[in-house]
Amino acid sequence: MPRSNLDIHRKKGGSSYVLREKLFVAACLVAVFLPLLLLLTLFGKLLADGLPRLSWEFLTSFPSRRAAEAGILPAAVGTLYLIVLTALLALPTGVGAAIYLEEYGKKSRLAALIEINIANLAGVPSIIYGLLGLGLFVRTLGLGRSLLAGAATLALLVLPVVVVSTREALRTVPLSTREACLALGATRWQTIRQVVLPQALPGVMTGSILAVSRAMGETAPLVVVGALAYVPFLPDGVFAQFGALPIQIFNWVSRPQPAFLVNAAAGIVVLLVMMLVLNAAAILVRDRLQAKHGRAS
Amino acid sequence: MQMAAAARPESATRRSRVKGQSRLMSERILESLLVLSGLVSVLTTAGILYVLAWETVQFFSEVSLIEFLTGLEWTPLFADARFGILPLLMGTMLTSGIALVVAVPFGLMAAIYLSEFAPSKLRRVLKPALEMLAGVPTIVYGYFALVFLTPLLQSVVPGLSGFNALSAGIVMGIMITPMISSLSEDALSAVSNNLREAAYGLGSTKLSAIFRVVVPAATSGVVASIILALSRAVGETMIVAIAAGQQPRFTLDPRVPIETMTTYIVQISMGDVPAGTLEYRTIFAVGSTLFLMTFAMNVLSQRLARRFRER
Repeated sequence: MPRSNLDIHRKKGGSSYVLREKLFVAACLVAVFLPLLLLLTLFGKLLADGLPRLSWEFLTSFPSRRAAEAGILPAAVGTLYLIVLTALLALPTGVGAAIYLEEYGKKSRLAALIEINIANLAGVPSIIYGLLGLGLFVRTLGLGRSLLAGAATLALLVLPVVVVSTREALRTVPLSTREACLALGATRWQTIRQVVLPQALPGVMTGSILAVSRAMGETAPLVVVGALAYVPFLPDGVFAQFGALPIQIFNWVSRPQPAFLVNAAAGIVVLLVMMLVLNAAAILVRDRLQAKHGRAS
Repeated sequence: MQMAAAARPESATRRSRVKGQSRLMSERILESLLVLSGLVSVLTTAGILYVLAWETVQFFSEVSLIEFLTGLEWTPLFADARFGILPLLMGTMLTSGIALVVAVPFGLMAAIYLSEFAPSKLRRVLKPALEMLAGVPTIVYGYFALVFLTPLLQSVVPGLSGFNALSAGIVMGIMITPMISSLSEDALSAVSNNLREAAYGLGSTKLSAIFRVVVPAATSGVVASIILALSRAVGETMIVAIAAGQQPRFTLDPRVPIETMTTYIVQISMGDVPAGTLEYRTIFAVGSTLFLMTFAMNVLSQRLARRFRER
């Protein structure tokens, strides 16, 4: 389509136009690739700074005043606890809300209210969720600065992500499948539980894992809820005080000594690898489930 | 189900009717559980409004609203405490403004390239690659700004302090670029091909078709994406907390340490201020301001985006 158009201009002696278009496309390519190049630089810099510091000791040591002896064990364990708890809280609620919106509430006023509400919640800065967690979970509900308070805060934060991705997954299941199932005498819930959900499962799983991986990298809400920057112990239950990997990294980045910056880089490498593993798992789970589903049908 | 039951002997019918009733009961319970999980999001909003309003109202029983909105000094922890939010607001505006200066040209050009020039195979690779930029934890960007970009800029910009708005703003710009490119690309792609062909038919070149026809037709979507990105920048916390400093300052100088609203909340949260004190309430007053600003921007952005989708 554009080719013929260009030809006309070339015939009209529009070679200056051709040049202009080429220049514009070149500028566009810079705009696309420069940010990606910066991202690569960032990863390269992190690996160069952090990789030499990574060791078994670094992964299994407690924090220390001396940078060379400090490790991330309690922070990493805290993060693992946090994401498991967050998933336990956010996934059932988010999937439930999505099922209600897609399968039950279609045209009700309540559903419309919930929908607008979720769209707005998705745009609320994460630090505001921290203030909610501080006021509601830590103070009003008396959970203190505990793992549970942190996880509940993160769960509310990623809830919109779970709802939106689950709804998209549910929407991919054709209406005719539901109608066929209902016509065979199944109830609404049976249809959802045994036919719709299994088909939507790959999408639901991917969305959920991505939501959890987002929760894993969140720092600001945990700072406000009161995650500890210095944790010389492992958490012993959901009411324990806790540290988290991003908080540990933030603590190290905030110190003036260069040795701690190296620790921060190594901590970031660990955090990114954990997120990468989660994302790879999401892709794997989706492919596995899709393959299984393909064979069944 | 009822038809199948009618064909069975009497006792079986009764049994299945009883079973059917209990099934109906459990369906009802399940349905209300689903409604409840939908309500969690409404309760979250109510919770945010309640927590922010409660502490903010108490804050304003001690500090005058006029001082808060017009004061040029923010020194709540000093003996001579001042509560003018303008320095924090200026810090937020400065970093977000720099971020937009980076993100708008980059995001728009990327969007135009993806929608008008890129072969569809390349687009399928580039779009998720760009979106990866938004998935990197912000603490990682903070590290990048502090450890990589600031020293780099210091060799170019004279008088650049170790903590500054410039470096934090630029990195934030890179982070929000994919928000603009992704949503603008959607808006540009949604412009009907008829319009492009009509422009070509009238003899316009590809570039003039893009800038005189396609981009103007997608304006509301493009503006929506920019406002959304701005809202994200205003609420962004870790990059500025790490790289922009913690000194509330009413200045437009991008080279010196400043403090944003979000950084202030982090700074106080790290210090373990006892609940119920005026210092504790300042973070909710600042949080309310932040919430109102981002909420207004999000609503505006949604309105504009809806307009381009309806078309």
